[in-house]
Amino acid sequence: MTAMVKSEGVHKSFGATEVLKGIDLEVAEGEVFCLIGPSGSGKSTFLRCINHLEKINAGRLYVDGELVGYRQKGDKLYELKDSEVALKRRDIGMVFQRFNLFPHMTAIENVMEAPIQVRGESKAVVRERAERLLDRVGLADKARNYPSQLSGGQQQRVAIARALAMEPKLMLFDEPTSALDPELVGDVLDVMRGLAEDGMTMIVVTHEMGFAREVGDSLVFMDGGVVVESGHPRDVLTNPQHDRTKSFLSKVL
Amino acid sequence: MTVDVNKTEPADTPPPAAPESIKAIPVRHYGRYVSAVIAIGLLVAIVYAFSQGKINWGAVPDYFFDDRILHGVGQTLLLTVLSMAIGIVGGILLAVMRLSKNPVTSSIAWFYIWFFRGTPVLVQLMVWFNLGLVFEYINLGPIYKDYWSSFMTPLLTALLGLGLNEAAYMAEICRAGLLAVDEGQTEASHALGMSHSKTLRRIVIPQAMRVIVPPTGNEVINMLKTTSLVSAVQFYELLREAQDIGQTSGAAVEMLFLAAAWYLILTTVFSIGQYYLERYYARGASRALPPTPFQRLKANLALFRRTPKAVTR
Repeated sequence: MTAMVKSEGVHKSFGATEVLKGIDLEVAEGEVFCLIGPSGSGKSTFLRCINHLEKINAGRLYVDGELVGYRQKGDKLYELKDSEVALKRRDIGMVFQRFNLFPHMTAIENVMEAPIQVRGESKAVVRERAERLLDRVGLADKARNYPSQLSGGQQQRVAIARALAMEPKLMLFDEPTSALDPELVGDVLDVMRGLAEDGMTMIVVTHEMGFAREVGDSLVFMDGGVVVESGHPRDVLTNPQHDRTKSFLSKVL
Repeated sequence: MTVDVNKTEPADTPPPAAPESIKAIPVRHYGRYVSAVIAIGLLVAIVYAFSQGKINWGAVPDYFFDDRILHGVGQTLLLTVLSMAIGIVGGILLAVMRLSKNPVTSSIAWFYIWFFRGTPVLVQLMVWFNLGLVFEYINLGPIYKDYWSSFMTPLLTALLGLGLNEAAYMAEICRAGLLAVDEGQTEASHALGMSHSKTLRRIVIPQAMRVIVPPTGNEVINMLKTTSLVSAVQFYELLREAQDIGQTSGAAVEMLFLAAAWYLILTTVFSIGQYYLERYYARGASRALPPTPFQRLKANLALFRRTPKAVTR
């Protein structure tokens, strides 16, 4: 298996605060990779670095074998132009904690926007795909609703369909269920489980330990900007080696 | 189980114990009656005073649809619409420049706003009119060449003066609108691979419009009245036409009232347009759109009709 995402000594600072202090990890193709850890541990920041929403300060980050945000010629690094960054982002879907649906568009318009505007596909083709995707996330009947008319869980499922409409090879989930009522979490997790079964490569920042255990192939526990412990979710969650992992898990499980 | 709470249902199907609505004597608001009487009294007194003044009221309807007045109304409208168009396009452009990461464009925008907001619009109008002192010719290479004085028609002077000034004000309104859109929207759009300009055009500006439209309505109405300044650069609009008639017919003050009435009519029309525009941009922002005035009237009438029925039952 080839590495979809490879991180070598990634550092990230906001001003004087160092949020990531050297992250080394590899995500294989088709893998469901879960990131857990207390808030402020840098897991969301790391996720945002992968599609270059944040610039890294040191280290190397590769997606599908290509550097993120830079081009290497000899031993010199060249910053990518905005248009080149945008080109790479097409292949990486992202789902946000706060959904970030476009409120002035209906559910189906949200899903259709990027394929039409970015890839220049024809409306008819995209509509057909958008309807299929909305049906897949169980919201075929809500296609004409505006986001404000949908529940949080429904909005998040539209957001997943929106990301999938670009047919990405990698999906990033930034605490996709943290802003949801407990009752609505299940629907979103079911959609993600379905995606995992179809072989989508997924990096999931989550507090849903049940999901990580059942669906995850790998799990990383981060704290203070470093990877504390990693391994198979079952091993890490049931038999943590580090004291920090133990104390964290004892509070959330 | 869902409980059906449909009041129009016939009574023969035993209702599932609908709760009895409260019948109480409402609080009496005597203050409202008193203030209404005082307000109406004052209004009558003022109207009476004006009707008894030394004003020839008959002249107002006589000239209301005079050709010159209608021409003036048309010119005022034309100037308002075109100047606002320049102002809005320029304002959006300046706001985007001001917010851009490029220090050159943001400084240019800052300087433009500083200059055009800092000088009176009347002075700007006159400067445009007299710019022939600086530039004798206007020379666009092979396309166009003429004397400045014959190039700068009153209409063009008025348009440039009002439009460029308005752009400075609109820039600040647009900037507020752009800043009001949640950053997550830009992030989501970028994450989908959309470019900066697409993000702005498709995602940010449509949402910013909800914030931009109400103060822009204000600006339109302001502009409508500010157009009366352009008589200073020999442009014939509503007020100028009315004053001309006033001077020749000897009904100077009457013509001012006439012009005021026309301005009121025009602002009313613009306000109605603004309401519907706001309603359009509110889509998606709230669960249900606010009712149009017509829908509200219908709802109120329906309420009115149902109330007595409820009492007799």
